[in-house]
Amino acid sequence: MAILTCKDLCFAYDGSTVLEGVNFTLNAGNYLCVVGENGSGKSTLMKGLLGLKSPDRGSIEFGDGLKSTEIGYLPQQTQLQRDFPASVREVVLSGCLNSLGRRLHYNDEDKKRALFNMERMGIEDLQDKSYQALSGGQQQRVLLARALCATKKLLLLDEPVTGLDPIATGEMYNLIKLVNLCDNITVIMVSHDIHAAARYATHILHLGQKQLFFGTSAQYRESALARRFLGGNRI
Amino acid sequence: MNEFMHMFSFHFMQRALLVGGLISLCAALLGVSLVLKRYSMIGDGLSHVGFGALAIASALHVAPLAVAIPVVVVTAVLLLRLSQNSKIKGDAMIAIISSSALAIGVICVSVTTGMNTEVSSYMFGSVLSLSRSDAVLSAVLSAAVLLLFVLFYPRLFAVTFDETFSKATGTRTELYNTLLAVLTAVTVVLGMRMMGALLISSLIIFPALSAMRVCRSFKSVVLCAAGLSLLCFTVGTIASYLLDTPAGASIVAANLLAFCACSLIGKI
Repeated sequence: MAILTCKDLCFAYDGSTVLEGVNFTLNAGNYLCVVGENGSGKSTLMKGLLGLKSPDRGSIEFGDGLKSTEIGYLPQQTQLQRDFPASVREVVLSGCLNSLGRRLHYNDEDKKRALFNMERMGIEDLQDKSYQALSGGQQQRVLLARALCATKKLLLLDEPVTGLDPIATGEMYNLIKLVNLCDNITVIMVSHDIHAAARYATHILHLGQKQLFFGTSAQYRESALARRFLGGNRI
Repeated sequence: MNEFMHMFSFHFMQRALLVGGLISLCAALLGVSLVLKRYSMIGDGLSHVGFGALAIASALHVAPLAVAIPVVVVTAVLLLRLSQNSKIKGDAMIAIISSSALAIGVICVSVTTGMNTEVSSYMFGSVLSLSRSDAVLSAVLSAAVLLLFVLFYPRLFAVTFDETFSKATGTRTELYNTLLAVLTAVTVVLGMRMMGALLISSLIIFPALSAMRVCRSFKSVVLCAAGLSLLCFTVGTIASYLLDTPAGASIVAANLLAFCACSLIGKI
């Protein structure tokens, strides 16, 4: 069942087109990796999917009763957040923001969900620790737990392993794959790490101001585009 | 000790302690969000605009707060909107607006009344400048600020920590930013009668910074900032009475001491 369908999407800033001709469909449980060079339109597509930027042409349709506010988003970290005084529990709980509705404060159900997601990410021992005192890998797991509080169906990850050491990177990829497989949560990840993308993802979307490739990872590995992008080395 | 008790027998001191306490509390709560969002300079900018508005109001012989509050609220909303959209970035915009407002205020004062005690009290604050109606208005507005802060606490936290995430999950971040700006504007205007236009921003920034030196979670920072702000205000006001120093300056000095103490504790 299609959870996300993009039809002939086109985005422009101040009249100049930055991304066009995006057509793809994702089914529940797919793991899509969006790759491309800097300025290829990856972030713009992200903003479009989150409803932060409206497309100039084309449409984004969510299936399975999903709304754009029910996407679990893991943004790139800003410097501001790294020294923000907040406990792990406070950060994870803020992922329940979209289930507040008309309520003003979080209820027991929200708190249970936050705890459950902290356990899933293996950070329940850190919940009273300060977010700013954690290592980069731990901080990303906190943000992933927060994203999971916000969604049951679709995760959107913006370069989740940037700045992590190789061990933390591997752990992060495994956690994402685990959530994808065990909970059948669809994953869309923007990444520079094309090798990991081809290994973990089921589908690849390659952008270069327009859609250059969309298909399964296996198809992508065989494509001429992938070989060129990787500098002649086959994965 | 006798002199200490004697102090509380004055009506103006009772009023100053009550109103000032409420304003300090509001300033500290809002300050945590403002400092973390890198909006520290907004308080300073708004107080200068407030000075300009008060100067014009006194030249026209109209109620000072009735003019200053709307003017400063509008400026706060504009500052926020402009800093997001315009080509002049936030900090430069604040500098332009605050110095222009101060200049207009000074011109206005010099061609009408000249530098009298009333104008000086706008600059440096005065406990005596609080009239009964000012006190009532301040108490009501402070209560509103406190209430809104408590009610929207989870959303304010989310918007402060990560605006993009909050926006993506359907929170109307502009609304909460505007709320923050309006509450700050009201607090600045109310506080500047007592603290003075030049010193009010310290009431917003100091408690948050001090609390962040020793506390590590958002809630504890908020509570600690509120407590510190009340303590420094009380100590500063009492010191100003006993030592005969200006109230606003004494409160800032108390905050500075608290900041140094917190920095030391945080280092250990």
